[in-house]
Amino acid sequence: MSGWATHEGIAIGLPREGIDTDQLIPARFMSTPRSEGYGQFLLHDLRRNEDGTLDPDFPLNSAAAQGASILIAARNFGGGSSREAAVYALADAGFRVVAAPSFGDIFTGNAVNNGLLPARISEDDAQALLDTLAIAQQGHADLDAANLSVGGLSVPFEIDAVARQKLMNGWDDIDLTRVHGEDIAAYREARVAACPWIIPRD
Amino acid sequence: MLWVDRHLVHEGSHHAFRKIAERELAVAEPALTTAVVDHYAPTRARMEGGATDDIRRMIATLEENAAHHGIRCFGLRDLRQGIVHVTGPEQGLTLPGLLLVCGDSHTSTHGALGALAFGIGATEVAHVLATQTVWQTKPKAMRLNFEGRLGPGVGAKDMALGWIAMLGADGARGHAVEYTGEAVRGLSVEGRMTLCNLSIEGGARFGMVAPDETTISWISGRPFAPEGESLDRARETWATLRSDDDAPFDRTQTIDAAAIAPIVTWGTSPEDALPITATIPDPADLTGSRARKVSEALDYMGLSPGRPLEGTSVDQVFIGSCTNARLEDLRAAAAVLSGRHARVPGLVSPGSALVKQAAEQEGLHHIFTDAGLEWVDAGCSMCVGMNGDLVEPGKRCASTTNRNFRGRQGPGARTHLMSPAMAAAAAVTGTLTDVRPLLEGRL
Ligand code: SF4
Repeated sequence: MSGWATHEGIAIGLPREGIDTDQLIPARFMSTPRSEGYGQFLLHDLRRNEDGTLDPDFPLNSAAAQGASILIAARNFGGGSSREAAVYALADAGFRVVAAPSFGDIFTGNAVNNGLLPARISEDDAQALLDTLAIAQQGHADLDAANLSVGGLSVPFEIDAVARQKLMNGWDDIDLTRVHGEDIAAYREARVAACPWIIPRD
Repeated sequence: MLWVDRHLVHEGSHHAFRKIAERELAVAEPALTTAVVDHYAPTRARMEGGATDDIRRMIATLEENAAHHGIRCFGLRDLRQGIVHVTGPEQGLTLPGLLLVCGDSHTSTHGALGALAFGIGATEVAHVLATQTVWQTKPKAMRLNFEGRLGPGVGAKDMALGWIAMLGADGARGHAVEYTGEAVRGLSVEGRMTLCNLSIEGGARFGMVAPDETTISWISGRPFAPEGESLDRARETWATLRSDDDAPFDRTQTIDAAAIAPIVTWGTSPEDALPITATIPDPADLTGSRARKVSEALDYMGLSPGRPLEGTSVDQVFIGSCTNARLEDLRAAAAVLSGRHARVPGLVSPGSALVKQAAEQEGLHHIFTDAGLEWVDAGCSMCVGMNGDLVEPGKRCASTTNRNFRGRQGPGARTHLMSPAMAAAAAVTGTLTDVRPLLEGRL
């Protein structure tokens, strides 16, 4: 995966608290191979009426929201299940940035591992951005400056330093870790010597 | 970077296995890895192939990946099969002081035994498969101290829903939670698992209880646990796994256990929880985004503001899941159902094949079936509906599971979370009911 430092795109708002990963992608779609693309499943049930037709009032469904890549959301976004498929759905639908006052911890890690920025913003800033986003606007995210601007508003966001580095460099953890192969082997040996029961009796 | 002592995988790990296959990497430590069929496990007509092609393919993929990498696998025909968070501890794979991960958020369950256990995503699962390590940022420490004793008919599920309602579904975000206090010490290991299981619903990835004699006697004799001299050595180490009396916590919350009543949820987040004696919240009493959230939740749930929770009619019950499907949970439900009839249909799915066997040896299955409930095989079942056990649109389910999210038990399903005893009470009356009067003379 390639890294990125700044991103330009259409921003939309989703003014609903507690968008959990079951909303982001309902469980029944999770047996699909990734190669088929997960964007089609994003918020599948929430954006549809009971009869299965798309709800024209749902923010993601408006004509102006097509091609959006920045999502501004409310408190507790991505809580719940560890399903990385929730991030696949966002990423495959073209999103690069989600900004909200709080995120599920596992979602945050999954997002970063897929090049999606989980930008933590204050409750007040989230509300202000959501207010401007009654209609979709152009947005700009800057990882280095930790700043997000949408329409005429510019707000700071928080992201932990390691996550920011990973997003910027597009690091692959497996390669990074394998460099430490000798240290890991030494640790394993010491661990088993001190606590032989870590190897399950079989 | 942390070394991983135990890695548990399930059908949902297919993305991770594909990632390592693409890079032609082997599993670093097959002996420390265990595969379990749970999310898609059929709960009826299992041996006759009672499953769709899609479900069969998901299970076969796990079994093939496990065989290919030399990983032990508790498949559908294995008596060790069950929900990964039930079977891991049951088999003695989960031990105090181990670092355990699984691509599932309820991995916090294993913290009940004093393990450092947390859920990870698919990219991290692939990383653990390939390297047996995981990168982590150290979380903040939080103590939830339950002082005093629980009242009759009140248990670990009520403690958990109680603190989540108090602090919010993101209340413990970024924190590792240690549960302490007399009421926690007084819980069995099963009860501690229920408590730790729900940590994630309050935003914490980790939940743990320091190991004590209760823990150690529970572990002894389990198939993969140490024995003899190795157990003696382990016990010495485990005895040191407790927080110092003056250990600093970033946050401490004290809760009066005696004041906890049986709790049910009314909304679409586990934080939407209230004592059964309460009334349904009224958005008119609230402002701003909270008012909107409550009104959307009530709309989805089909509930009227201001009415008592008790007496709300339910369409069905589900007793199961990694939260509440261990033997103790089934006994608690059976204590209420014994000699009574359920007014609504219901499904009882034990947490593992061994729990099922033990329950049948005690005759609990007769209590459930005599009451009119269905007794089926072990798996995640109606907790998430991946195996086809779904709540129909608009139907209301009294459920012992952990998530009342919109559509969690099926599109349009309305879920009320509660303890096994409370779910049994709902079955008996066909409504949300305070279990305590039904338990009089039975505890
Ligand atoms: S029982 Fe439910 S919560 Fe537990 S592992 Fe299965 S799907 Fe997840």
